[in-house]
Amino acid sequence: MKKIYTKSKILTDTPTHYCPGCGHGIVHRLVAEVIEELDIQEKTIAIAPVGCAVLAYDYWKIDTAEAAHGRPCAVATGMKRMLPDSIIFTYQGDGDLAAIGTAETIHAANRGENITVIFVNNGVYGMTGGQMAPTTLLGQKTATTPKGRSKSREGYPLKISEMLAILDGVCYIERTAVSSPSNVIRTKKAIKKAFQNQIDKKGFSMVEILSPCPTYWGLSPQEAMERIEKVVVKNWPLGVIKDV
Amino acid sequence: MIEVKIDIEKCKGCKLCIYYCPKKLIKESKKLNKRGIYVVEFDDSKNECLGCRQCAIMCPESAIEIIDNEIKE
Amino acid sequence: MKKDNPEKILMVGNEVIGEAAVSAGCRFYAGYPITPQNELTAYMSKRMPEVGGVFIQAESELAAINMVFGASCVGERAMTSSSSPGISLKQEGISYLAGCQLPAVIVNMTRGGPGLGNIAPAQSDYFQATRGGGHGDYRTVVLAPNSVQELFDLTYLAFGLADEYRVPVIILGDGALGQMAEPVELEPHIRYKLTNNKKDWALRGNKTGKHKIIRSLLLGKGALERHNRRLEEVYNKIKDKEVRFEGFYLDDAKLILVAFGTSSRICKKAMEVLRSEGEKIGMIRPITLWPFPYDIINKKAEDNVKFLTVEMNMGQMVEDVRLAVEGKAPVHFYGRPGGEIPTEKEIIEQIRGII
Repeated sequence: MKKIYTKSKILTDTPTHYCPGCGHGIVHRLVAEVIEELDIQEKTIAIAPVGCAVLAYDYWKIDTAEAAHGRPCAVATGMKRMLPDSIIFTYQGDGDLAAIGTAETIHAANRGENITVIFVNNGVYGMTGGQMAPTTLLGQKTATTPKGRSKSREGYPLKISEMLAILDGVCYIERTAVSSPSNVIRTKKAIKKAFQNQIDKKGFSMVEILSPCPTYWGLSPQEAMERIEKVVVKNWPLGVIKDV
Repeated sequence: MIEVKIDIEKCKGCKLCIYYCPKKLIKESKKLNKRGIYVVEFDDSKNECLGCRQCAIMCPESAIEIIDNEIKE
Repeated sequence: MKKDNPEKILMVGNEVIGEAAVSAGCRFYAGYPITPQNELTAYMSKRMPEVGGVFIQAESELAAINMVFGASCVGERAMTSSSSPGISLKQEGISYLAGCQLPAVIVNMTRGGPGLGNIAPAQSDYFQATRGGGHGDYRTVVLAPNSVQELFDLTYLAFGLADEYRVPVIILGDGALGQMAEPVELEPHIRYKLTNNKKDWALRGNKTGKHKIIRSLLLGKGALERHNRRLEEVYNKIKDKEVRFEGFYLDDAKLILVAFGTSSRICKKAMEVLRSEGEKIGMIRPITLWPFPYDIINKKAEDNVKFLTVEMNMGQMVEDVRLAVEGKAPVHFYGRPGGEIPTEKEIIEQIRGII
């Protein structure tokens, strides 16, 4: 008998605290598989965000630092500059990367820091109870936009990936989703490329991953995946945004 | 035959595996795991599983392992 | 190796801090321009590459402290510097460094405040430095140099203390010290001996199967209380072993000046003038503002003395002097806030008014 699909050795056995149907579990697994396949576990250091994934370090057997909210790209800069042969990656949600961390993200990208950024975009602040995120869609109801996001009150969803792509220091940005098996496979390829770019010393690489939040979208896990496929991708088109 | 092994203690009953199985070989179960969640179970009496791995790929808890019992190693 | 006649060179305070950091093995510096410490940032931009280190002009003081956090996580000696408003921005980072038990050196060349204030020297960040500044129960060692030589010695010492106790250490200078030039020996007069410099806790990649985590979030039952009590044990050790101060004429003083940094230099002059006239004036100059030298002040309070605290602020260190004295002696205060420096003459007048 042969195991044709088995759990990555990089994942711990700790049951996750994520909600049923949350995308973090899928993305954690893909990151673990990529690190195992590239055989870089012994030199990889992760930086966990503040958000639902704050406890990511309980799920990977990777040396990890917990940064202050929004600061992973600055922390990654300090680490990578001092240990240039290590593989440094940040794992951030939409608030961490594109609200409170906007300046640190943009400037690390602008400096062309040779790091990998995994950006999990679920359009809400899950950890704190479903408030509006920079990537919340117009009309979307959240804990702080009870009538739905309005362009006059809250402004437009922030196109952070497109903004970062303009910068010369950025070598690769791709937007993927975990809303179907083929999208999950595409996401894994993108994550692998983002890590390989760091190994090849190409510059700043980021993968934006559209992820479901059944709890704060008020949907079942299946409905949440469908919402990504039918609604969310219309605002955030999937595909390569930059690849030099 | 291909066996889909589900770690029911990890299962949170999100049912994504049921949704994505093209052959509908995973079903809701009346079994409760230690956390009080109604889990899912693999039911393939006719050996129809293709080993497409979509259930394992979509599982957020990495609770699914897939074994091909016919391959001799 | 201490030379018999070490060479003294004339150097500007801000640059001396940089050279001391380099001597102490600091190989990561991140900073942001702010007057009156720009000479230090510029010096590090030149010096770090010369010694194979890393210099980054960060996008903000906030980013800089977080870059220092990163460098410290991987076991490197790291430093950042700023002045008052920029140090306010770093408070979140300092709280995280303390919570994660990460060594780091933070230099504050104090200027007038609050708000944008002015660019003149001040001592109005004493509370910010010694009373946390950031959130949570934590302490940082605070060193107060009063000469360019001390800028070298105490910066060098700061890295040793930071590594030994795994704490952030603040150098609390001011704009005057940073801008002045004095002859300095670029050899530390205090060498700190570490009990263990292996940094087994640092993140360098998981080679053993047991990965390391640096975190300050502790949600488990009782976990954060236990952590705070562990930190308290470290702070108690520091209080026990690392108090530093300088005392003058304490045996017969009837009035004791208490001052740190630049104001201590002027107080010393005032004291010498009055001593030459036969007045029994003494001085206690705290060198560590945290841990504060409570014991010596408490001891002297029993000797029928009066205290006069002189500061370049509205009255901050004086609160610690009052705590130390426990009501046993009168404590007077003279302060010049807003970037003003008291003169010898003013201090002498104040003293005469008291004795």
